[in-house]
Amino acid sequence: MRIAALIIAVLAFAAAPLAADARDDAKKQVEFGISVAQRGLWREAIYRWERATQIDPTYAAAHNNLAIAYEHEGDLMKARAAYEKALELEPGNALIKQNYELFKEINDRTTR
Amino acid sequence: MIARRVSLLSSIAAVLVAVACTNSFEIPIETPIRPKLDVGAFQRVLVAGFIAGGTEDVDGNLETTRLLRSQLRTKSELRVIDSDVLPLQDVATEGRNGDSGGGGGAAAPAPPQIKEQKDLEAYEHVFANVEYWKRIGEEYQQPLIVTGTVLFTPLQRNQIVQREQEVYDSFGRRRVVPVRTYQERKGFSLDGRFIFIDGRSGATLHSESFNEQILYNANQTTPALSSYFELMDRLIPSFLSTLSSQKIKGTRILLQ
Repeated sequence: MRIAALIIAVLAFAAAPLAADARDDAKKQVEFGISVAQRGLWREAIYRWERATQIDPTYAAAHNNLAIAYEHEGDLMKARAAYEKALELEPGNALIKQNYELFKEINDRTTR
Repeated sequence: MIARRVSLLSSIAAVLVAVACTNSFEIPIETPIRPKLDVGAFQRVLVAGFIAGGTEDVDGNLETTRLLRSQLRTKSELRVIDSDVLPLQDVATEGRNGDSGGGGGAAAPAPPQIKEQKDLEAYEHVFANVEYWKRIGEEYQQPLIVTGTVLFTPLQRNQIVQREQEVYDSFGRRRVVPVRTYQERKGFSLDGRFIFIDGRSGATLHSESFNEQILYNANQTTPALSSYFELMDRLIPSFLSTLSSQKIKGTRILLQ
C-alpha cells in the first residue's frame, strides 16, 4: 500500500515537469508560427501550429491559430473543427469566441 | 480636469495591460470561398431575363438583367453575352397558348400583371421547359444561362422603433433617453429566385431563393429604384459566390 502510494507520488511529481516541458515546446512552435504568419507564410505557420497541437493537444491557443490558418487557406471544415476544439479547451475565452463567430458568418454564406 | 485626465490615462493603461497579458496579435486574413456551382464547362454566361413583377416604378426584368451582367463582367471569369433581354413573361404566356415558346399546357390563365408571389406561379413553368432553354443555348453557343423571378413590392408596416429623446430634469440638466414608439414605416420587399440553366441541355443546374426587405420612416421619401439597388447590393455577393470564387477579407486574433 505504501509502495503504491509512493509510486503514484513519484509519477505525479515526474509528470508535472513533463507537461510543463510539452507546453514550453508547443509555445515555441506557436510563437514561430505567429512570426511567419505575420510575414504571410501561412503554410509554414500551419506546419508549426499542427506540431504545437501534437506536442500539447490541450493548448487552446494553438488550435485557435490553426483554425485561423485553415480559414485563410479556404479549408473551412478543418477550420471549424479546430475552432471547436479550441473552445472546448477554453470555453470562456472571448477572443476565440470572437474569431469563431466571424468564421461562422463566412461559413454560413457558403452553405446558404 | 486633472481627475478626468487621470481617469483617461488609467483606462488606456488598462487596455494596454489587458492586450499585453493576453499575448494576442490581430492579423488580416482573406478567406477564399469556392463557387457553389462548377462552371468549368462554360466559357460564356447569358443573363437571359427575369419574370418580374411588383411595383411599376422599377422594371425588375431590365434592371436585374443589367445589374447582374455588369457585376459578372467585372467579377467573373465567364464572358458575358450582350443580347436583348428576353421578355420571359410573354414567352411563358405564349407557351401556355400553345406556341413554340415557354411550354406549359392547359393550366389556369396567367394574370397579365404580376403583383404578388402567387401571380408568379402561373409563369414558373417556363423554367422547366428544357427544349426552350436548349434552343436559347444553341442560339448563344451553349452558355450558362441565368434567369429567374424578381418581385419588387412596396411594403408598409407599423412597428415599435427605438429613438433617442432629450429630457430635462427639474434642475435643467439635459439627458438623452431611449424611447420606444409605435411608428408607421414604409419600404420595399425584394423576393425571387436566381435559376442557373445549362445551355447545352436546357436543364436547371442550381437555383436559389432570396428575400430582402428595407423599411424607412413613413415621412422619408426614397425613390423605388434606389431601394431596389440597395436591396440588390445585399444579394450580389451570394449571387456571385455561386459562379466564381470570392475572397472575403477580415481580421482574426492569433493567440500565444
